[in-house]
Amino acid sequence: MTELVPAYSSLTVYFDLPKVKKTAGNITAIEWMIEQAEQRLKENIFLQETPGKMMRIPVCYDSEFAPDIFRLAAANNISPEEVIALHTSKTYRVFMLGFLPGFAYMGQVDEKIAMPRKPQPVNVAADSVGVAGSQTGIYPLDSPGGWHIIGRTPWKLFDAEREEPVLLQAGDQVQFFSISKNDFREIQNSALLKESSQGDT
Amino acid sequence: MSIQIIKAGILDTVQDGGRFGYQHLGINPSGAMDKYAMYIANALVGNHPEEAVIEMHFPASVFLFGYPALIAISGADFSATINGDPVAHLHPVWVNKNDVLQFHRPVYGARAYLAIAGGLDISKWLGSYSTNLKAKAGGCHGRNLQKGDEILLCQSFPSTPGQSEFIVLPWKADDQREDIPNEIWVLPGHEWHRLTTESKENFTMTSFVITQQSDRMGYRLNNIPLPAMTNEELVSSAVSFGTVQLLPDGKLIILMADHQTTGGYPRIAHAITAHHSKLAQRRAGDKIQFRITEQAIAENLYLQQQQHLQQLRNACTFRLQQYFNG
Repeated sequence: MTELVPAYSSLTVYFDLPKVKKTAGNITAIEWMIEQAEQRLKENIFLQETPGKMMRIPVCYDSEFAPDIFRLAAANNISPEEVIALHTSKTYRVFMLGFLPGFAYMGQVDEKIAMPRKPQPVNVAADSVGVAGSQTGIYPLDSPGGWHIIGRTPWKLFDAEREEPVLLQAGDQVQFFSISKNDFREIQNSALLKESSQGDT
Repeated sequence: MSIQIIKAGILDTVQDGGRFGYQHLGINPSGAMDKYAMYIANALVGNHPEEAVIEMHFPASVFLFGYPALIAISGADFSATINGDPVAHLHPVWVNKNDVLQFHRPVYGARAYLAIAGGLDISKWLGSYSTNLKAKAGGCHGRNLQKGDEILLCQSFPSTPGQSEFIVLPWKADDQREDIPNEIWVLPGHEWHRLTTESKENFTMTSFVITQQSDRMGYRLNNIPLPAMTNEELVSSAVSFGTVQLLPDGKLIILMADHQTTGGYPRIAHAITAHHSKLAQRRAGDKIQFRITEQAIAENLYLQQQQHLQQLRNACTFRLQQYFNG
């Protein structure tokens, strides 16, 4: 096996064909892999559930960073303040990562702030926090996307320079908390300061 | 020891076998589009098969060698010259300091590979030299090569005897390009059954044009729409190099080296790995035709390809040793 990619309801296995074929004998490598997987699944598997880490992520819901918050509020007949209150009220689970480096699919949001994704993707700024269907997520990079953007985090969900480039993993728990524009700038600046001081040493 | 880019190409990047083991974090593997061609170029100069190479599209960069080096060009034929003199494709080529390598016209294929003996002296990101354009990481500063870039080489090499002309070493790799370059064999995907009977027939009976909206992420095809029996939304799951997805409008997209790690469109087929190389050499405007094959055949074709590469590597190593030490 070279790589495992879990998703909502699937686990994809990548494997080294020449290596597997050597042990597979007369059957195809894929048949051998399936046989192995089925045998393992028949065994009594002792699942030790390791709780993921708990992250409290700051989000600024100011309209400057939330181009879609009014539309999402209006579509659900609630106020933008209620959108913020509801979005920060729950602890979400990271179901999977995909789409972009470090993009975590989380859920489920309160049904009062759920909304189907946009029919056409638009340009979304990095660190934007969005809602699509009953999922919520954060764009780690500038990217086209169809999620409704209701805020922005000063945190970097993905940073290629970091030893662990990706912040969230499948299984993690996430809570959002609302911060002001000033707080947002301060956190951003202190992160920049930290980076430049690290660069000096 | 270095090579310098004195004129930038349209999209030239450092690539290797790919960055595996991070797709669960959404980090796509990147890597050479035509890995087979990359292996051949590396074999010709005696490198590890997955050593970093430069992948070029046309128009390609112009390179200035700051030191002597042993190089090879494989994949697409862009009619290369050194100091204006034609240089053979698929041969090891011994170049001197101040030699200038450039490419003039796309004769065949879409992606050419430049391998240099000893490899490129750049740092790995997450275990790989490949450029991830989306993450802006890996390769040369996480981006395509630009004018003025200087790439250091890992290994010094002597000048050619007399130091005058570059030397094309007298053996050529057989890259076994198949005679039906537009026929792509596929295996049915998880959602193959979603296609109507007529769509299934059209999938294999008609040929599809690769549109201009095609790049390292994927090829969009200009096919007659293939209606599905259901448009029920799928939950996201993994997709890979060669996955053929059905878009909501009935058009197809084939995912290539820079594909996303997961996707939600129906996966109606997968191009077999042995045909990724010829797929990677198709250009926008080229036609391709799908043919459904079987798992056992797909596996055997891939194993044969790997075997051919192994033999080629052995032969190249032997020839190089004879040439330089014998």
